[in-house]
Amino acid sequence: MRKNIDIHVHHVTRVEGHGDVLLNVKDGRVEHVALNIVEAPRFFEGMLRGRAHYEVREIVSRICGICACGHALASVRASEAALGIEPSEQVVDLRKIVLAGENLSSHFLHIFFLVAPDLFGVKSVLPLATTHRDIVVRALKLKKLGNDVSDVIVGRHVHPITMDIKGFTVLPSVSALRDVQKKIIEMLPEVVDTVDLIASVAGGIPDFERETEYISLGPVSGSTEYPFYDGVIKSSEGMTYYPAEYRKVTNEFIVPDSTAKHCKHLRDSYMVGALARFNNNSDLLHPEAKKAAEKLGMIAPVHNPYMITLAQLIETIHIMHDTVEIIDKIIRRGIKEEDYSYQPRAGTGSSAVEVPRGILFHHYTYDSKGRIEYADCVIPTTQNLENIDQDFRKLAPTILDKSEEEISLLLQMLVRAYDPCISCSTHQLNVRFK
Amino acid sequence: MSKPRIAFFDFASCEGCQLEAINFVEEFLVLLGHVDIVQFREAITEAEWDIDVSFVEGSITREQDIPRLEEIRENSKVVIALGACACTGGVNAIKNTRPLEDVRADVYGDKKDWFPTFPTRPIDQVIKVDGYIYGCPIDRNDFLKNVQLILQGKKTLRHNDPVCVECRLKENECLLTLGKPCMGPITRGGCGAIDPTFGHPCTGCRGLVDDPNENAAMDVLAENGLTVEDIKSYMTIFNAFRPEDIQ
Repeated sequence: MRKNIDIHVHHVTRVEGHGDVLLNVKDGRVEHVALNIVEAPRFFEGMLRGRAHYEVREIVSRICGICACGHALASVRASEAALGIEPSEQVVDLRKIVLAGENLSSHFLHIFFLVAPDLFGVKSVLPLATTHRDIVVRALKLKKLGNDVSDVIVGRHVHPITMDIKGFTVLPSVSALRDVQKKIIEMLPEVVDTVDLIASVAGGIPDFERETEYISLGPVSGSTEYPFYDGVIKSSEGMTYYPAEYRKVTNEFIVPDSTAKHCKHLRDSYMVGALARFNNNSDLLHPEAKKAAEKLGMIAPVHNPYMITLAQLIETIHIMHDTVEIIDKIIRRGIKEEDYSYQPRAGTGSSAVEVPRGILFHHYTYDSKGRIEYADCVIPTTQNLENIDQDFRKLAPTILDKSEEEISLLLQMLVRAYDPCISCSTHQLNVRFK
Repeated sequence: MSKPRIAFFDFASCEGCQLEAINFVEEFLVLLGHVDIVQFREAITEAEWDIDVSFVEGSITREQDIPRLEEIRENSKVVIALGACACTGGVNAIKNTRPLEDVRADVYGDKKDWFPTFPTRPIDQVIKVDGYIYGCPIDRNDFLKNVQLILQGKKTLRHNDPVCVECRLKENECLLTLGKPCMGPITRGGCGAIDPTFGHPCTGCRGLVDDPNENAAMDVLAENGLTVEDIKSYMTIFNAFRPEDIQ
């Protein structure tokens, strides 16, 4: 059948930010298919030029409400690299907890609120509040757990308060850490149940595969840690880079109709995020997370982008077990007051951190007074956009026999699977000052 | 009586205020019992008009934002500015302090004309706004208090007492006396002085009180060792918007 299709989904719902899906088919041939980012650009560069080292973290966490702590963390780490500061082991451990909380909170939000309605065949989580109230209550409790984990260290997840270059304005008490550890342990069975629940509806996940390049942090040599906070940049094509070399990987370019830039490395596009991390580092997952992967039938490498949600679920189990252990370690060593003062200086530095949607790069140059001369951020969603378009181009021709409504839903579900953070991708932090 | 129909919308922002609104389990479920959410793109696919209360997050930065905001106004009995970006322009207004052509060229180079924008403005510079919920992000308790008032047809809280009032009540050590830059003396309260309570100076995210004594505040910051350049920079993290920049 040679048909004509003209789909324009104005502002895809259940994603962070504004994006449109377009598909034009003429005489049974796909002429154009794309995700266009129509979010208002925010020009963060104007915000950072000349800003003092102590203001930078404050401003960049406002790029995104979902990954506010991730931006704050990438920011203080890039500043530390530039200013020649080495944070203490205690600070690093506390930061890992903050990042864990954010990854938990964001993953649960995506799994339950943004993706699950498609798997249950409803338009949002609201009807589920009547038909599956226990699931909605569990969803809200798990989302809140993520926030509680971050809050105990930084005061507030959106936007973090205590996180500074080199340290924190206040340190958590042992009892607050114990409380949050107890909550994590209590909620673990609910997540294991969720694995069974998702496994039972996983048949609704579309069957589609496209092998691509997967980029994430990889372990620094000798480390057995599934890397979120620290590591080298690792490509599934077999190469690694230091964070300072991030531009060799990202190669940003501007495309028409999209206020966000696109990226590519060795192939036409690459993927970042939970599935890229899983594909590159699944051997480093906690044994309980490996068990969940087995239950969900996930064996790396997985080439179906709709499975990103399952990789996120596997990661939540890893993160919860890992965080329980980190809290034990911190308490074992005792929380110590430390000197977090430092002197600014001129310098350049980069950081790479795994935030919920994938690897995030920040890069700053400071002048001798500790004011920003140059700043650049490369956001996970920016890195995924070209990969989404390439997936569209492979997927669209194979589903033209379906109704327009079904085609539109499959394309939107693909966008949602990537959990795009569109506000982030249009942050526009790149600056080159003369 | 049918339940009030409420909606959430966003423009240039991080969407963190909408997230804060759903971040708290018990209160969110209680709220769901009292209202119908008819538009909330970040969380639901359903979309209906004829709205009683619209919460609008984000600043206005482009020509094409204006008709969308006007459509929201026309279809809503009450419009509430949600969070700093909508109330005061928030961090988005920092871009107004540099020539717009330079800002766009920095990001998009020779393709800058592909993405036209204009100086950032809070939403009340474009439409009539019936109430404000301040902060970056909004404070959860302040949000809930205001929602109760709005649903009763009352005005939102103006919060003309500075952050220092709540900070004193919490018996926090004054950060200014410790030599830290703090905007507490001239910033709208209502946040429970959350930043100073966690040892971090107030950055003025809720906007300045009516008739702030900015000169006195700057004198205090200068006494604490900040240079003129430091002070001007610090005071414009959240308060860079000036009406004359959009004339």
